[in-house]
Amino acid sequence: MPETTPSGDTTLFSETIAARKISRVERFLGPENYRIVMGLLKTPASIMGFILISFFVIIALAAPLIAPPVNQKDPYKIPRDGFKAEPQPMGSLWKSKAPPLPFWWEPIMGSDQWTHILGTSQGQYDVFYGIIWGTRTAFRTGLIVTIATFLIGIIIGSVSAYYGGAVDNVIMRIVDVFLTLPFILAALILATILTPRIGKSLYPAIIALVTFGWMGYARIIRGDILSIKERDYIMAARVIGVKDSRILFRHIIPNAIFPTLVLASLAVGDVVLSFAALSFLGIGTDVGYADWGQVLSFARNWITSLDTYWYIIVWPGLALVLYVMGFNLVGDALRDVLDPRMRGKT
Amino acid sequence: MLTYIIRRLLMVPLLLFGVTVLIFAMLQFLSPVERSALYVRDIPKNENAINGIIKRYGLDKPMYEQYWRWLVGTVDSGSGERHGGILFGNFGYSRTGSQPVSDLIRTRFPNTLDLTIWAVAPVILVGIWLGVQAAVHQNGIIDQAARVFSIVGTSFPTFVFGLLMLMFFYVQLGWFPPGRISDWASQAISQDDFQRYTSLLTFDSLLNGRFDIFLDALRHMAMPILTLSYISWATFLRVTRSSMLETLRMEYVTTARAKGLTEHDVIFKHAQPNAMIPVVTLAGFSVVGLLGGVVITETVFNYPGIGQAAATAAAQLDVITTLGFALFNGFILIVANLVVDVLYAVVDPRVRLS
Repeated sequence: MPETTPSGDTTLFSETIAARKISRVERFLGPENYRIVMGLLKTPASIMGFILISFFVIIALAAPLIAPPVNQKDPYKIPRDGFKAEPQPMGSLWKSKAPPLPFWWEPIMGSDQWTHILGTSQGQYDVFYGIIWGTRTAFRTGLIVTIATFLIGIIIGSVSAYYGGAVDNVIMRIVDVFLTLPFILAALILATILTPRIGKSLYPAIIALVTFGWMGYARIIRGDILSIKERDYIMAARVIGVKDSRILFRHIIPNAIFPTLVLASLAVGDVVLSFAALSFLGIGTDVGYADWGQVLSFARNWITSLDTYWYIIVWPGLALVLYVMGFNLVGDALRDVLDPRMRGKT
Repeated sequence: MLTYIIRRLLMVPLLLFGVTVLIFAMLQFLSPVERSALYVRDIPKNENAINGIIKRYGLDKPMYEQYWRWLVGTVDSGSGERHGGILFGNFGYSRTGSQPVSDLIRTRFPNTLDLTIWAVAPVILVGIWLGVQAAVHQNGIIDQAARVFSIVGTSFPTFVFGLLMLMFFYVQLGWFPPGRISDWASQAISQDDFQRYTSLLTFDSLLNGRFDIFLDALRHMAMPILTLSYISWATFLRVTRSSMLETLRMEYVTTARAKGLTEHDVIFKHAQPNAMIPVVTLAGFSVVGLLGGVVITETVFNYPGIGQAAATAAAQLDVITTLGFALFNGFILIVANLVVDVLYAVVDPRVRLS
């Protein structure tokens, strides 16, 4: 008959069920959020996405080194090499008013002649310069629009969910109204209205994209808050008489915000698509502003000779596609990780 | 079912009110002079005449009064003629189209509708079938191809895709020209013996027995159709696939298999109808997406629909025209959403019972 009295020896026990080490990061994020982050870092597709995104971040940060601007004060103006209409082929020399030579050109190419690496577009705008500085425009517009829509969405969605009842009903009907108009058309119209009033710049398009872009976040955060506000700790806060605003901002939102936050960070890619579409249609920025959609829009006048001037659509198009794909790859992995049926697996 | 539809119908005036208020709010950015294009064709240069128009159409009145006039218009006491009034289809005068906005819509919309029908029908018929196949043969060839296609497809901006299409299929190969129709065909359809039954060109040419015109129209529409619909292909495939996969794992499907039904019956009679529920929702979103998508697609291919007209008007800062299009689109989408919601209740009993 085996020994049944406790011996005090727990080696067997601690060896079989070793306590899982909880890292500092996991403790900070909480188990659910930690699972989301780890899920993203372990999927090959999202790793590819992160690589693409980092590539563009580096280009954006190093833009003044890769393509030095002529005018330090206004680097977003694409430098022009004359005013001739026909695009110049790739590798043709800068004839007039060449910008400073970048540091990497001479060691690699062994020449001190700055060329149009990717050719010029209609009106002799340098395509390479437009793509490099366009990366900054992409991040700038993407970040501004995403942060603004996110904040508006969070505030409206959480107020709607927290108060519920009639308030919720009215707010959600307003959301429905905003969703009734097609996004691009609505943004196009508002940008058209704003352009003569605040001048040609990035802002008409940015304001338009923000005005018609917050509804998704409002809906998501509302759903999350509806489930969280029924939890016991919220009830406890209410019982001890905490103010509404404090319950909302200190107890509910921090616990509900994470999935929306991650989704928002990935929308940076989508925003750039809409923004590029607007500037492709000629809305918003001035001609010659370093923006991918703007560079692509020159091609509209050269449709019948695109076989000769293919470089005016292929390079800026490629930049745009890779940029968006980077965010989409991560986003696709994220959807799998956020799927409630995946909960509990890593 | 009936109570559900009635409840849903009650939403329509509410949405209508919301959309008109939203568009009216955007109109308020314009000066009274600019807004007078809602009522008169030519805005006079003379200051007195301008002031007369502003007085006459109440453009200096309080907001709610202007809103009401904008909805129903002003009836001329002498001639009994109605000026303005969006509820009567008077959306104002288009500076860029040099005609009333409603006329512009009337000539342009059939082209857009023609394009959208040809873009949507194959997606719904073939895309859903492909999605079901991808789910049934999980990780098979169709499934893998669909996955790659949907990631690449959703990352491709429509205008880049469109320009690349033009480069290959028009400039290099010369297969598909942009525009609406060839010159000989446009002469043929302006003849008296060509009856305009539906004002949709492809259907009219078939009804007139002119197969050559039909083919010519399709040849011009091939690239816009593909450009407009590749994103829908990607999303329909993906949603159908995941919904079907989920349904196939349910116990009632196992039951159906256990009682000896053929695999064909299990998939198409038992699993697919339930798997279609999210696809119906998606179809609703697609209509909204397509009506927005025509703006870019039609501009790239120089296709004379409402999207191209809206983009042209916007590029020349013609706000009255673009807002007219927005109103029109808003009306269509309210109806489309209603249809989708009713369909949704038909396929999913849980919706109408809750």
